[in-house]
Amino acid sequence: MSVTTPQASRIALDTTVVRSWKSPIALGLFAVISIVVFGIFGRPGVSHFRLSRASDFIQLPDVHLPTTQTGWVLSVVLVLLAAYSAWLVRQARKVPLWLVILYVVIILVAFLTWVSANALIPVPGLLIGAVSLSVPLIFGAMSGVISERSGVVNIAIEGQLLAGAFISAMVASATRQPVLGLIAAMVAGMLVSFVLAAFSIKYIVDQIIVGVVLNVLVAGLTSFLYSKLMVPNPELLNNPPRFDRIDIPILGQIPIIGPVLFNQTIIVYVMYVTVAAVAFALFKTRWGLRTRSVGEHPQAADTVGIKVNTMRFWNVSLAGAIAGFGGAYFTLGSVGEFTKEMTAGAGFIALAAVIFGRWDPIRAMLAGLLFGFATNLQSVLGIIGSPVPSQFMLMLPYVVTIFAVAGLVGQSKPPAADGKPYIKS
Amino acid sequence: MTESRTPEDDQLPQVNLETQMSESARTPQDEEEIVERSRTATVIREIMSGSAVMSVLAVVFALIIGGILIAATDARVQETAGYFFSRPGDMLSAIWNSVSGAYIALFQGSVYNFRRPGFANGIKPLLDTLTFATPLIVAGLGVALGFRAGLFNIGGRGQMLFGAAAAGWVAFSFDLPVGIHLILAIVAGIAAGAIWGGVAGYLKARTGAHEVITTIMLNYVAYFFVYWMLSTPGLLQAPGSNNPKTPAMKETAILPLIFGPSYSLHWGFIIAIAATIFVWWLLNRSSLGFQFKAVGFNPKAARVAGMNVNRMFTYVMLFSGGLVGLAGVFQVLGTVTTGFSAGIDAGIGFDAITVALLGRSRPWGVFAAGILFGAFKAGGFTMQATQQIPIDIVLVVQSIIVLLIAAPPLVRAIFRLPAPNLLEPAGSAKLQGKKAVVSK
Repeated sequence: MSVTTPQASRIALDTTVVRSWKSPIALGLFAVISIVVFGIFGRPGVSHFRLSRASDFIQLPDVHLPTTQTGWVLSVVLVLLAAYSAWLVRQARKVPLWLVILYVVIILVAFLTWVSANALIPVPGLLIGAVSLSVPLIFGAMSGVISERSGVVNIAIEGQLLAGAFISAMVASATRQPVLGLIAAMVAGMLVSFVLAAFSIKYIVDQIIVGVVLNVLVAGLTSFLYSKLMVPNPELLNNPPRFDRIDIPILGQIPIIGPVLFNQTIIVYVMYVTVAAVAFALFKTRWGLRTRSVGEHPQAADTVGIKVNTMRFWNVSLAGAIAGFGGAYFTLGSVGEFTKEMTAGAGFIALAAVIFGRWDPIRAMLAGLLFGFATNLQSVLGIIGSPVPSQFMLMLPYVVTIFAVAGLVGQSKPPAADGKPYIKS
Repeated sequence: MTESRTPEDDQLPQVNLETQMSESARTPQDEEEIVERSRTATVIREIMSGSAVMSVLAVVFALIIGGILIAATDARVQETAGYFFSRPGDMLSAIWNSVSGAYIALFQGSVYNFRRPGFANGIKPLLDTLTFATPLIVAGLGVALGFRAGLFNIGGRGQMLFGAAAAGWVAFSFDLPVGIHLILAIVAGIAAGAIWGGVAGYLKARTGAHEVITTIMLNYVAYFFVYWMLSTPGLLQAPGSNNPKTPAMKETAILPLIFGPSYSLHWGFIIAIAATIFVWWLLNRSSLGFQFKAVGFNPKAARVAGMNVNRMFTYVMLFSGGLVGLAGVFQVLGTVTTGFSAGIDAGIGFDAITVALLGRSRPWGVFAAGILFGAFKAGGFTMQATQQIPIDIVLVVQSIIVLLIAAPPLVRAIFRLPAPNLLEPAGSAKLQGKKAVVSK
């Protein structure tokens, strides 16, 4: 990283430009890896992709690509993109987000082509599964973004998701009303958050400790109640009605992305709205400005009259409600019943998405989608047989997060006052 | 825990504030005011606000909550609650039966079983407790060591898995003489855990990556990596098997049982005692431990004093990971010697955090906390078997204990205890402001 001040204009006093060469270097490195793996050591054969399901409105023919040649072409595109990003940085401009997204999509296509030599990949199934797995991750990530932007580390996302999943299953089963299950899930997530907020804000207990312990507490509590209450009465307490998929007219008929994005349950549509709302509210509204100020510099916020701890308390509660809502997706959206510790670390992947997304709602959502895709990809590859052991695919979210926090690929810096209690003096 | 507040007393980030408050508040000029009060009252107040009482009360309160949960979910209690107003005695006796039955089972499963004939049989549960406590103690010591240096090691699971994998690999794939084989397996396990912990420390030292995030992520990387090794023939998978499981450990590498084959307690417990002594020595007698604590108190001051803070981060995580790795070794060479799968850590990596917090990061405190949680585990299994109460209740009780211990003002509020801060008169304005927050 080099810091330079443009000499061209004389009034460029406060426009110090930070040139970070990390992204071009990372993009270039992966392009080289792509050339080596997908090009030079490309696998012979033809890769098959199925783009439509029989039930789709518009039928697309299957695509057959020669594996090695496609690998070469895509690798060259990657090199060009890396070169473009290097040129942008040289011009002291930022590497735009769309370029990174495009790069990731192309490298994923190249990877898919490589693994599916002489095999068929059902693309719609792959993507639908990926979105399905991403939903709780994205809700959890939104929870983390709001909480951490206001200065409270939220390790308890896992607990909030699990509490939401448990309560929603129970309430929805008992009342036969999935909507009531959703509301109950939000309340449950909020209750977990209340404990987090009360201990970290009022009693100034280390936020990470509270988060870790809360995860254990919720896991213990839900498992206990599951064995004690749900297992003896599965019909009454663990048989929630699931939400039906709602097909949005026209949008749902777009090939490939239509069925993936617009033929989903209400929870997924709420997720789109939530992400947009969080992104808008955090950067365009008074509430967002206050939230960020409380997380970056609480003293300054206090000086201008913002009640730091009240603000934090309600933001953490809101975060818990969002995560609880996401937890309901496990029981009301995908699985249809509660099982012990069914979140299985989704809260920690959500945390990873928050960090990988640099505490930004849109980027965190993209990270959540990427991680959901990686998780689903390994199960699809398990069916067609893959040269990469499935465990390495599952490892991916965690490895990229370590790289992200270590600053090897870009720099992930938390809000300045994240995790620090505010003690008015 | 009365008058003498040595630096060792405040080691956790969250208790720091509390203890520092009372410490800095008890300045010499306050002494006169204190003497005015009755001496016995002062002593009682000191004891009641001390950390030992706080720990006991936290355990008591958590057991009460556990009792409420057990009673509320008991079928008989629910049944009798239906006609509570006509015959309240039924419900009360049902509550009493369910809760006392559960806690008697907990006691019989963890300390002494009076139903078994003779002392030799009756004492078995206590030795089970010590067996369960063995990995908890060493893993707790590892986490506690991190706390003392201001580092939060949540990576217990990953470090245990790597420790277990390395020790297991040495134990089942080599043929070595008795003694040497065992020592080599233990050393390999410690080294693997230390390396995995050291990665997080090194990343923090070099790049500033927060150790909480890296250790959480490394847990999952370790899990999937070990799972891959377990399901790949030629690495850890048992030959001729498709399950992700290793072959059994060789006899020469298994930790011997201390009291013969009828008791489960193995030599790991002796090693755990030695480890406790070692950590005590490291923290209180060695120059390295002094630097650890200095970094934990104030990294900036440590740097000014000429210590290499970044190197200390790496060293602490090496030691911490090594101790947690030792817990993995105990699992594969002591508890489950017939071959292990990816669930070998059994949640001990996370339990270790609660053990370290309950033990207030002091070596012997961790030792005692490890035995307490070992008792919960041993008793929990008996409770599950005889009273049909899911062992998950133990997790609830443990986490409530830790939450309460982390927030002494809350315990004081629940039990209406005196706050230690009430003692001293008005101090400086700045102190008062902080005090107001703490004593709420």
